[in-house]
Amino acid sequence: MNKPHQYLPNSVTEVKEKMMDSIGIKSIEELYSDIPDNLRFKKELLIPGPLNELEVKETVLSNLLKNSNLRCAPFLGGGVWPHYVPSVVDEVVRRAEFLTSYTPYQPEISQGILQCIFEYQSLICELVGMSVANASLYDWSTAIGEAALLANRLNHRNTVLVPSLISPKRLKVLKTYAEPAGIKVEMIEYDQETGQIEIEDLKNKVNQNTAAIYIENPSYLGFVEEQVEKISEIAHDNKSLFIVGVDPISLGILKAPGEYGADIVVGEGQPLGNHMNFGGPLLGIFACNHDNALIRQMPGRIIGITETIEDKRRAFVMTLQTREQHIRREKATSNICSNEALCCVASSVYLSLLGPKGMKELGELITSRAHYAMRKLNELPSIKTPMFKSYHFKEFTVNFNCSIDEVNKNLLSAHIQGGLPLKPYFPEFGDSALFCVTEMHTKKDIDILVSTLKEVLN
Amino acid sequence: MNKRFKQADWYEPLIFELSHEGRVGFTVQDVEPEISDSIKEAAELIPQELYRNTAPNLPEVSEIEVLRHYIHLSQMNYGVNSGIIYPLGSCTMKYNPIINEVIASNPSITELHPEQQQSSIQGILEILYKFEQAYLEITGMDRATLQPAAGAHGEWTGIMLIRAYHKERGELLERNEIIIPDSAHGTNPASAAMAGFKTVEIPSGPDGCINLEALKAVVGPKTAGLMLTNPNTLGIFENQIAEISKIIHESGGLMYYDGANLNAIMGKCRPGDMGFDVVHVNLHKTFSTPHGGGGPGSGPVGCKEFLAKYLPVPIIEKINGEYILNYDKPYSIGKIHGYNGNINVILKAWSYILTMGGLGLKESSELAVLNANYIANKLKEVKGLSLPYSPEKPRKHESVISAEVMSKETGIRALNIAKNLLDQGIHAPTIYFPLIVPEALMIEPTESEPVEKLDKFIDAVKIISELAYSNPQEALKAPQNTVVGKLDEAKAAHPKTICLSWKKLCSLNNEL
Repeated sequence: MNKPHQYLPNSVTEVKEKMMDSIGIKSIEELYSDIPDNLRFKKELLIPGPLNELEVKETVLSNLLKNSNLRCAPFLGGGVWPHYVPSVVDEVVRRAEFLTSYTPYQPEISQGILQCIFEYQSLICELVGMSVANASLYDWSTAIGEAALLANRLNHRNTVLVPSLISPKRLKVLKTYAEPAGIKVEMIEYDQETGQIEIEDLKNKVNQNTAAIYIENPSYLGFVEEQVEKISEIAHDNKSLFIVGVDPISLGILKAPGEYGADIVVGEGQPLGNHMNFGGPLLGIFACNHDNALIRQMPGRIIGITETIEDKRRAFVMTLQTREQHIRREKATSNICSNEALCCVASSVYLSLLGPKGMKELGELITSRAHYAMRKLNELPSIKTPMFKSYHFKEFTVNFNCSIDEVNKNLLSAHIQGGLPLKPYFPEFGDSALFCVTEMHTKKDIDILVSTLKEVLN
Repeated sequence: MNKRFKQADWYEPLIFELSHEGRVGFTVQDVEPEISDSIKEAAELIPQELYRNTAPNLPEVSEIEVLRHYIHLSQMNYGVNSGIIYPLGSCTMKYNPIINEVIASNPSITELHPEQQQSSIQGILEILYKFEQAYLEITGMDRATLQPAAGAHGEWTGIMLIRAYHKERGELLERNEIIIPDSAHGTNPASAAMAGFKTVEIPSGPDGCINLEALKAVVGPKTAGLMLTNPNTLGIFENQIAEISKIIHESGGLMYYDGANLNAIMGKCRPGDMGFDVVHVNLHKTFSTPHGGGGPGSGPVGCKEFLAKYLPVPIIEKINGEYILNYDKPYSIGKIHGYNGNINVILKAWSYILTMGGLGLKESSELAVLNANYIANKLKEVKGLSLPYSPEKPRKHESVISAEVMSKETGIRALNIAKNLLDQGIHAPTIYFPLIVPEALMIEPTESEPVEKLDKFIDAVKIISELAYSNPQEALKAPQNTVVGKLDEAKAAHPKTICLSWKKLCSLNNEL
């Protein structure tokens, strides 16, 4: 290029020439002389740019502004949910020392991030009621995949039982992870009236091949599975692992899976201080009991406490690394290397800000508003919500007697994003959608949704 | 030595230790009276068996204390934008531009839900589509998926494509081996194993490249594919790559390109032209996105047309001027991530690509290679150090220096050199990798570092060498200027002392 580039301090001709002199070359091309000529790319890359900062900003933001402007947060959940991110969270994750650091392979100069992730592990343990959490996986869905692989390694059984009403996307990811290991995924029936797991069906399907029973709480369709003690008992009587997937924002008011016998807890940490970002990055939660066999099979990084050799000061370090790919290679418990560390930082800050009281109040606020929304929606003559007679936390199904896609289209003209159509995955539910209400939706937002729907349906 | 680096140290307690009953760091809004009047309280709504009676034991801390706590911790950490040089080999710790962060924190992306109606997300889909086009141009591939959330996730996805290919041809049962050089990253064999393959390791030749005879000896009807970085982890270009591709393809196997080292060759040569069928690229390396203390990364996977039908769903397509997410792919391996990958990271990479342009990317690679050779050239002359494997060959983005001689002569090992660098405010290179170099120091300065910082790094290593030969006892003391000195790593993993959470720490303290 003709001009020096702001990211390339040695692109100044005089600097570059001095450096070339020092290594005894006349042209940088000499450093590529070992690449066979027929493999060289001799054209110019057809890529827009270079743009200066103003132009880049204008170009990308003008693209992004083509996304519709909504009048309030979307009424969408299903695995990523609109939740408020306190300003302090964003302030901390912008810190260059966290943001631009690598995996803490040099612990002495990386105590900040190590302690932060240790705190994340600790906070998650308190929230889900387990004693060990790892330093994150990619998202909820891959965490289920890893949990299934772990169960298989541990008990050498090859079937995982999951509810029929599992998130279809998470199911698809689980199946991709499970297939090479020869793990089969089998569905458990649900009670048509309540959506709860059909215990008799579970009993019929559980056998000596059952590596694990997996449930989601709250379920994908928003209701809470109540028979957790029973399911836990069935799993443990059969020496299968009991894996529970959670939306952690519910755990200020819902019982922690650790209290009802979960062996592994997975979940999506996005609601805890991470923006939706069109679905990524997310934060895969993975926690288990402090059982040596289990811990040594755990996937992912883990931070532990130790002390300095000289003055016995408390310090933090990556530990149990002999499970990991950089040491164990093909025998590692997982191939994961880069994880979602910065999202862990966000969640640590979030949980520290909210505290026990905040998490409880937030849970109450969310569920109150969701119930208010269901009540108001039910007042509309052509709508039924929810489909299942069970307690719903923040998401709920809404059945329409007309095309849900048309409804959503009309809502969008009023700058409202309605619920997620369930038809593609659950055709048996007809024109239904999964709505989500959180602290981001005020009473006014809900009222406007209802009044707009009323107009749309007329 | 008076002007010494000293890392900030706040002796920061754990957040739990700052807790004081009743304090809050965030005020939750009250439920609107109209709602609380008409809706039962949560405790009544929730079935008794599922109601949380005991609150989680989270800390109770006010806002300013939470903020200061985490800012203190950040100051006890080292980042590429806040340090002076971060020459971590194979990790490409280049400058993470601020404009990328500004763009990626715009609410028009941060508050976007992945399941919104297609007509409302045209802006982001257009960016992802254009990003894919640029990615394909740089790698020489035909189609790509942006879903993989990290490099290793991409490796596994790519190997799953190879698996699907052999499966459809009815050869998977027999073709169950992936060949990997002994200099490969640990993620390669781990990813292949997770995709259900056996791994076959082949030794590097004396020139540091794949030994063709060793390769031919293991290639056969069982070969599903070969995984390779090029340039390899020694920073040397595998110049027999065309021959290697031919051997693998003739056996019926496929070629996988690990893009960890792409920063050396942008605009100079392309994996697609070298005979590779599948690639992944680490956006958090070559495309300047920050690594966040371990993640999030992003590892898009590209492939040749004949493998495109196996790519995970959804695929982004442009039909009649509209961008769509296409799920209708019957041969797809399925889904590998809940949604569309680490979008926020991809957006930063896109901003970077636009800032560089095609010519700028090429110049970045050239200067990254110049910087790496500048360091290698000077360090190989330092007492106790050497540049093993074809020292006459130019390096690409990185070089691997051996401290074997120093270790034998003074007892000062690669590890000690690393710790002494920390004491001078310089992040250490990658050490003890690749495994084929004894006492390895893997050094990747990237194009971001001005020559003055390269000189500072070289001088720092020279000082350490001098210390090693004059006063090794002193060199063994490092690090001393970091927050903590040498750590008892055995204690952290010992069954009696292992402590992975605050809960456990409390119980260990109670036992004392």
